[in-house]
Amino acid sequence: MKQTLTLWLLNLLQASLMLLVAPLLAGIVRKFKARLQNRRGASLLQPYQDLRKLFSKESLFADNSSWIFRTAPVVIFTATLLAASIVPIIVVDLPSAMIADVIAMTALLALARFWIALAAMDIGTAFGGMGASREMTFSALAEPAMLMGVFVMSLGAHSTNLSTMVHFALNLHHLHPSVAFALAALLMVSVAENGRIPIDNPTTHLELTMIHEAMILEYSGRHLALIEWAAQIKLLLFASLIISLFAPWGIAETIGLLPILIALGCWFAKIILLAAAVAMLESALAKIRLFEVPNYLFTAFVLAFLGMLVHYILEVGVQ
Amino acid sequence: MFSVLLAALLSPCLGKRSDLQRLAISLLIALSGALAIAAGISGLLGDTAAATLPIGLPWLPMHIHIDALAAFFMLTIGVLLMPVGIYSVGYMKSFTANGQSLAQLGIFLPLFALGMEGVVMADDAYAFMVFWELMSVSSYFLVTWEHAHEQNRRAGFLYLLMAHLAGLLILGSFAVLYAASGSFTFAGMRGGELSAGMATAAFLLAAFGFGMKAGVVPLHAWLPEAHPVAPSNASALMSGIMLKVAIFGFIRVTWDLVGSDAFIWWWGGLLLAAGSSSALGGVLMALQQHDLKRLLAYHSVENIGIILIGLGLAMIFAAAGHPLIAALGLIAALYHTINHALFKGLLFMGAGAVLHATGSRDMESMGGLIRHMPITAALFLVASISIAALPPFNGFVSEWLTFQTALLTPELDNTLLAALIPFSASMLALAGALAAACFVKVFGIVFQGNARSKAAEQAHEVDRWMQIGMAIPALFCLLLGVLPTLFIPLIDSVPQLLIHHSLAASVQAGHWLWLTPISAERAAYAAPLLITGLLLVGGLLYWRLHRRNNRILRGSVWSCGHPHLNPRMQYTATSFSQPLRRIFSGIYQPDKHLGNAYEDHPLIVRKIAYAVHVKDLAFDKLYRPIGTATHHLADRIAREHGRGMHAYLAYIFISIIALLIWIAR
Repeated sequence: MKQTLTLWLLNLLQASLMLLVAPLLAGIVRKFKARLQNRRGASLLQPYQDLRKLFSKESLFADNSSWIFRTAPVVIFTATLLAASIVPIIVVDLPSAMIADVIAMTALLALARFWIALAAMDIGTAFGGMGASREMTFSALAEPAMLMGVFVMSLGAHSTNLSTMVHFALNLHHLHPSVAFALAALLMVSVAENGRIPIDNPTTHLELTMIHEAMILEYSGRHLALIEWAAQIKLLLFASLIISLFAPWGIAETIGLLPILIALGCWFAKIILLAAAVAMLESALAKIRLFEVPNYLFTAFVLAFLGMLVHYILEVGVQ
Repeated sequence: MFSVLLAALLSPCLGKRSDLQRLAISLLIALSGALAIAAGISGLLGDTAAATLPIGLPWLPMHIHIDALAAFFMLTIGVLLMPVGIYSVGYMKSFTANGQSLAQLGIFLPLFALGMEGVVMADDAYAFMVFWELMSVSSYFLVTWEHAHEQNRRAGFLYLLMAHLAGLLILGSFAVLYAASGSFTFAGMRGGELSAGMATAAFLLAAFGFGMKAGVVPLHAWLPEAHPVAPSNASALMSGIMLKVAIFGFIRVTWDLVGSDAFIWWWGGLLLAAGSSSALGGVLMALQQHDLKRLLAYHSVENIGIILIGLGLAMIFAAAGHPLIAALGLIAALYHTINHALFKGLLFMGAGAVLHATGSRDMESMGGLIRHMPITAALFLVASISIAALPPFNGFVSEWLTFQTALLTPELDNTLLAALIPFSASMLALAGALAAACFVKVFGIVFQGNARSKAAEQAHEVDRWMQIGMAIPALFCLLLGVLPTLFIPLIDSVPQLLIHHSLAASVQAGHWLWLTPISAERAAYAAPLLITGLLLVGGLLYWRLHRRNNRILRGSVWSCGHPHLNPRMQYTATSFSQPLRRIFSGIYQPDKHLGNAYEDHPLIVRKIAYAVHVKDLAFDKLYRPIGTATHHLADRIAREHGRGMHAYLAYIFISIIALLIWIAR
């Protein structure tokens, strides 16, 4: 009983960690990018300042907005946070991984997306409709690649429970080729799902090719702050998911102060590495044309599917 | 249980006065639904009932029997029939107000319900076919309800034609089973010895016959023509449960009569392929529709595909000797069956409410209805989230179960299937995500934004009857989404009946909170905890965000400095789906027309007319060629008919010679 309680507490701690670290990750990525462009860049804590500023401002709604518009930031934030709280980052056996498995996690993210797209349609502006249309189209194309990438790991682990999948990854003694394919696919999907370059540019407003920004154009004040924060959590979620599925080394398999501290350190170091990679990618690449995006996502799907085939051909018989 | 029949039979006889008639018909349908629910639940709990009706042929009375399978489908019929009955009280008021006679609707709607209930209860091939035809023919009169429009008559004819082709194939399937067993009763057919060839013939005939009726791609083209033109309460029943009755028939013939011992692996593969192409094809076509009810009809094609994926998986695993996994697949398919009945019924009722309020089915003329019809909008949203397979509603649970079944493929030895199954799982994922896109479009265009027409601006909320009728399935959507652990043990008796295996052990081993289809380490889903988390965190945040001292300013929409925004500048349904039209242009083959009218100068455009039309490929590539070929054949035969007496004599002579050769062989 005491053990379960500790686990739940750790789980809660981990969720709050995701919540609090998320803006920092955005700050780190920005810092890296600035350094790559020979700029000093803003402080690492700038995203926190931005959020604080937005939270203290009043919100402005359009006259014809409905309750969907009012509830959207809350739904988006809650669903994203719940999804984030089931990814094991410091201890393997999270009790919340029992509540929702990896399929339910993607569905929670889909719920957030559904609501943000509805909010975009709410006012009836052309920008909102455009953003919603594009977001839903591209995310639909990303969905099979995402699930197929995850399924490759699930088939190996014989489970869709994230904790079991992390166990599986920890016990992989050599690199399976299927895992490499799945990793490549998931990396590509993560970039698309988070609206990063080369799919979408998170720093732009009022560009005719924008996707995510077009949907939240009408938001302001504390409602905008929640949406921005949710987007940061989502980035951290994908980074942590990739770390947990493919490189979980260091994660605490037993409960104790030392393993947990080590796990925290490892996780944070890996997050910084991923942030550096994102910054490099974003500095080196240009945004691709809107109608190249389906090809990009299709490539990701084919990679994941190849991973699946490779798994059947090379690995099933061997084990 | 026989009061079900009685209630349905009674309704057409009632009443000359239209108000009384309307009330009586609708409430009797609702009563019949309630009784069907009761019959279904008691049947699922193990209380089977059988009877022999004194009607029918002298040597073949009608047998009626409710076993677990029939009981489950009775339940499915009931949960939609009851709310639709209540809804009809309000909905049919607009017909009586216009002075239209309810006679046609009043006779055929209950007969339609009776037909569906009868098919499900039938225990011999004769009763099955009689009720099946009753269902098909009475729904023909519902499709041609507004027969003043030529288009509706055409849809009705196409519907009748396809229904009878399907009926013929099903009859063929029964004929094969009869040949093997020498009995028309299902009990006798179960005992028949089927060779592999006969079993395959019965399976194929049943698959095509029931598949045609269920609207499986590429046989689906009649469905989006017929379903939208019926009155909305009838469309709700047709899409919500008539397609399910076809699924029932398929399960009855293949799983029960042919028996799971006779399954061959490629049968399942065929179903899986048909299911995947229906799921994807249906949603892709739905995305391009701007007629609300037509769009919903295409979504029925999609959902039938999802059900077939579950059934196909179950069949594959049953053939490979994994009955436990087969039971899981079967549960997934059945769960989706009842889910689809609920949310599709609700969506059609919602579409009916919108039609009632605005007088139009064209989405491009709607907008902003969430302000005029808040309750309809909220209920429609529930159904939209359910059909988009998002938690915490019911659509997600059944898709989750289907995914879980698909992920058990490593148990199979067949590599072809092992590669095919994950592929169709990803098609399922794509279809689900596209459905979400489609319902963002529907809800966004119809209920949000600004009104695109006068009628939409003056729309009013529908009456209480209709609201209650829509609220009941919405409630069920939530309940089935949150408490799958209570519902699955109930329907677990169906796989127990069909393949003598159930999920009981693995589900019971879990907890009522946790849904663990195979084992807890494998996968678990705790919807009650999930929704608690959502509500708790969300509620807290919402309260924090909208406390009294946190004011929200209101202002006009930011228009980039453009002075006169008008509703026509909003995104439309057509523009919403433009990216997909471009990406999947190979499937859609859109037919675009761009007509510019110029001022005197070729650079100054006065007016732009843009029209885009997407055709259903099945129509052009399958229906039309067959139609043309039939015409040609008929022409040829007609020409032969035109010859004189000597030609006929020659025919007779040739046939006699041929017969003699045949006999002497």
